[in-house]
Amino acid sequence: MDFLRPASWEEALAAKAELPTAVPIAGGTDVMVEINFDHRRPEYLLDLNRIADLSEWEVGEKTVRLGASVPYTRIMENLRAELPGLALASHTVASPQIRNRGGVGGNLGCASPAGDAHPALLASGCEVEVESAARGVRMIPIDEFYLGVKRNALEPDELIRSVHLPKADGPQQFSKVGTRNAMVIAVCAFGIALHPETRTVRTGIGSAAPTPVRAKEAEVFLAAALEEGGFWDSGAPIPPSVAKQFAQLASGACNPIDDVRGSAKYRRHAVGIMARRTLGWTWESYRGNERSAQCA
Amino acid sequence: MRVTFTVNGRKQEADDVWEGESLLYVLRERMGLPGSKNACEQGECGSCTVRLDGVPVCSCLVAAGQVEGREVVTVEGLADFAKQRAEKGGCASGACGTSLQDAQQWQSKPSDSELRSRAADSQTGENTDLSPIQQAFIDAGAVQCGFCTPGLLVAADELLERNDSPSDADIREALSGNLCRCTGYEKILDAVRLAAARGENRTAGQGA
Repeated sequence: MDFLRPASWEEALAAKAELPTAVPIAGGTDVMVEINFDHRRPEYLLDLNRIADLSEWEVGEKTVRLGASVPYTRIMENLRAELPGLALASHTVASPQIRNRGGVGGNLGCASPAGDAHPALLASGCEVEVESAARGVRMIPIDEFYLGVKRNALEPDELIRSVHLPKADGPQQFSKVGTRNAMVIAVCAFGIALHPETRTVRTGIGSAAPTPVRAKEAEVFLAAALEEGGFWDSGAPIPPSVAKQFAQLASGACNPIDDVRGSAKYRRHAVGIMARRTLGWTWESYRGNERSAQCA
Repeated sequence: MRVTFTVNGRKQEADDVWEGESLLYVLRERMGLPGSKNACEQGECGSCTVRLDGVPVCSCLVAAGQVEGREVVTVEGLADFAKQRAEKGGCASGACGTSLQDAQQWQSKPSDSELRSRAADSQTGENTDLSPIQQAFIDAGAVQCGFCTPGLLVAADELLERNDSPSDADIREALSGNLCRCTGYEKILDAVRLAAARGENRTAGQGA
């Protein structure tokens, strides 16, 4: 095994181009487990810790450019206002020690359906900035990023540099089912983002299909129901029938398996419950903001 | 490969390190610092918690090569680390720290020769080489088999450095990555509350 320690992003891209089998390691919270357990013996480890740029973020007018290695702890502490859904999801990642090391780039690179960041990334409608020495930067819409179980749209010579997330224009929520409040791989998870500016809703489901997925039918149904009922303007409570239908459609978007963490049946059920609850939380928050805006 | 980094305030070198080796392995097997415990090797248990550039991490999930040029504090250096923090608010000069030999021989009580040379101090409990959080763990009876203790000490010490009067929720969250199989959690919580109440972790910088 060789340990490559590029001092700059350009050096890292050059190394990845020359040695496409090199395994990038940033926080190490996934790669090191595989090495410790002898599940993986990469020929080359490509350490990204020396590339300071990857641990930085920029808040722009419309978007946040989040470096691939920004630890979850930093996201929780610093980006709660701009990226509430991702901040909530970050807070459910493992433990403080892991959140101090792990970042979104690792979740994306690993592309496990159980990665906690995925539902929030899907719901936000972000783009993944990847780069190769040969072809430069490529922006991959999150909807096209996940290809299969632990498979993503990266080419062998590409590295993930950052994620470009739209700043929240409405309430966002995240919910996750596990056996305890920490150190838990999601049995299943659900993220939702209300987008009042476009009067749309986006969702993300984790651990309930071969890849992280959106509940697209549920999104379309809800957006239409909100539009037809004039709910965005009135801020009226969402009728239980609408919430129920949304939950059922979210449940229907799952394609889960039975495994040690839970049965397929349970996952479908739980995703429906989380969809209904998170919709309730976000809508109450939207209504609350509407009311306070009117009072002011 | 050779890896050079600062451990408990002193520069150390490790040779013939395998590229896939963890920081934990280097500390335990190459530097003779077995305070950080090896249990799950997958970041679940927190027994191997150390500070990496001040940040608590699972040393089993840090590749040794990633630590090159960086600073690590292990439980063996915790007492000195806490002392320096209390006295000077840190070690800017780089002259302080725990030598590898001292760290390797660390124990919670002074050695016999030390006892003889400063018997009066040991009577009063002073100079017993314990950080406030370590003393609180003993006083609260928070140590059972002791395997999880080093990781908990490092995590709890860091919590009190950030937050000198943590709520129970703060303590539970800060220690959520550390498992105790004796399930002595209540007394561990007591110990952290005790250390916070004693306030010895407060530094000048916190102004409290």
